[in-house]
Amino acid sequence: MAKSLFQKVWDAHHVRTLANGQTQLLIGTHLIHEVTSPQAFGMLRDLGLKVAMPHRTFATVDHIVPTDQFAEPFADPLADAMIKELRRNCAEFGITFFDRATGKQGIVHIVGPEQGITQPGTTIACGDSHTSTHGAFGAIAFGIGTTQIRDVLATQTMALGKLKVRRINVNGRLRPGVYSKDVILHIIRVLGVNGGTGFAYEYGGEVFDRFTMEERMTVCNMSIEGGARAGYVNPDETTFAYLKGRPYSPKGAAWDQAVARWRSFASDAGCTYDDVVTIDAATIAPTVTWGINPGQGIAITEQVPDPTKVSGDERSSIEEALAYMKLKPGSPIKGTRIDVAFMGSCTNGRLSDFQEVAKYLKGRRVAAGVKAIAVPGSQGVGILCAELGIDRVFRDAGFEWREAGCSMCLAMNPDKLIGDQLCASSSNRNFKGRQGSPTGRTILMSPLMVAAAAVTGSVADAREVFSVPSA
Amino acid sequence: MSLAKITSVKGRGVYVPGNDIDTDRIIPARFMKCVTFDGLGEFLFYDVRKQADGTDKAHPLNEARFKGASVLLSGANFGCGSSREHAPQAIQKYGFKAVIAEGFAEIFFGNCTTLGIPCLVARREDIARIADAVNARPDLEIELDLNAREIRFGGQTVKATIRETDRDALIHGRWDAIGELLEGRNAVLETAQKLPYLAA
Repeated sequence: MAKSLFQKVWDAHHVRTLANGQTQLLIGTHLIHEVTSPQAFGMLRDLGLKVAMPHRTFATVDHIVPTDQFAEPFADPLADAMIKELRRNCAEFGITFFDRATGKQGIVHIVGPEQGITQPGTTIACGDSHTSTHGAFGAIAFGIGTTQIRDVLATQTMALGKLKVRRINVNGRLRPGVYSKDVILHIIRVLGVNGGTGFAYEYGGEVFDRFTMEERMTVCNMSIEGGARAGYVNPDETTFAYLKGRPYSPKGAAWDQAVARWRSFASDAGCTYDDVVTIDAATIAPTVTWGINPGQGIAITEQVPDPTKVSGDERSSIEEALAYMKLKPGSPIKGTRIDVAFMGSCTNGRLSDFQEVAKYLKGRRVAAGVKAIAVPGSQGVGILCAELGIDRVFRDAGFEWREAGCSMCLAMNPDKLIGDQLCASSSNRNFKGRQGSPTGRTILMSPLMVAAAAVTGSVADAREVFSVPSA
Repeated sequence: MSLAKITSVKGRGVYVPGNDIDTDRIIPARFMKCVTFDGLGEFLFYDVRKQADGTDKAHPLNEARFKGASVLLSGANFGCGSSREHAPQAIQKYGFKAVIAEGFAEIFFGNCTTLGIPCLVARREDIARIADAVNARPDLEIELDLNAREIRFGGQTVKATIRETDRDALIHGRWDAIGELLEGRNAVLETAQKLPYLAA
């Protein structure tokens, strides 16, 4: 019988059925970071347990690291305690830690793929909801809570109920100036922030076939913002080419065997899905959010909604969002003044994100009064950008070029909005207070749109600002 | 490890209205700079409960009449966003034993079960009825009955749903899976042996 990738990976990692009907699922690869793991190690110690397969857990530090000043001890004693605790836990339990001295540190969802740890046909778990990123490789990757981190550490498994699978086809061609970020913002706008509840999303169609791995990662990354527990793309030649030669990728004869095996995990032609959604790529515009969740998005050419034109719940949620965002009902989003431009995060902090922006940013200047920061997602991305002179382009334009970390995406570090500052952000969440100030405001958009906002000082159509050729 | 069989939760309620209440709102990220979950309760809903200077804003949790409530009521897609267990930990440490909402985000829901916090889904109009009753009489006892899948309050009864695997785990006292997962040790090794990337 024809099976989806999800079904095949699930079957291969199903250990047994638990008393309540859930599956004890083997987690092949476990990724940890400093924020959600210390309590799990504490629970392990309390129970007198060891790490079952220490060689299958990999650690990095990302959320709390300052990006402007790398020296330890950190100025923030709480942050300093967290990095020390992670170091201690990894040393005690024999876990590989991509600490800063290794030159491989970065955001966990950038480091895994970069090192070749993220591979097709595997299961991955990490105490971070954006773990869905790794699905870009045809892995089934779950964001988990801290008690489940304990479970994975202690048993290399966790208890989980099976998901349904929704196939999302994006066919045709994206218009110039439209990026993978716009694709996922559009999908969430159409299906809703809880449309994915109970589902894994399988992304496919001509647009995904042509996408690079980094573009696929951007889409899979935000699956969780659409309520889906996981999101993935079937592995293909693009996937294998990306993985070849990476530090943890198989070598020699093992490489050929691995590729054959990885290929076999791709969804079979004719497999059945619980739901299928098809989107025409040509209908997707550069998309920006206007509200306080990632589903509240519009095309850059549209107006923010007018709550008086709808009723009930929808009306009150629009009113709440517009009041928080200080936007006028029915007004164009284009032209909204910004204070901060943030370029980075596990969604858009990869080499190609900076590379694409650099093509257009050369010779331009960040508008007066705008604080613009560019934060590579990993030390590796930072090194590549430096080799290619990309950091220079950003610096010359007036961006602050920073060291690797999560930075202003969630502001558990010194990078924060102040007061009700409005940020044009390449990150993934526009929740109230997300960027560190209880009244701070976020507009999500693609990296090139962030650059357009940075140089004009307001939310702008990057296609106009940078004269993006129309074909 | 012996766990409580959670078949029913009784307590006073408090209604925090709104849809898509995310985990950043439940516990802002800056309060996650900690290596234990101790003390998280006081930061529950911090930025919507407190002004910048630490004084109270208007919020149901700040109203004296709702002090001691142990059943949290809210709207649709409660707990969306981050996988941070700090959110249900803060809810539990604040004193809540159960949550009733129109729907829950999945990771949050699973995290709650693992901590022994039942999350029951009820229809919007039924939540409105419970909320009205609670607002009229804050000392009203609400009972969540996991066996009957019902919520009872002030002589009224409404239907509730909860994913069957989680209901089973709660009522049979196996909501923390660690014991059962550890028992599967040999089967885990057998499964791993069949997977080349783990067999090595």
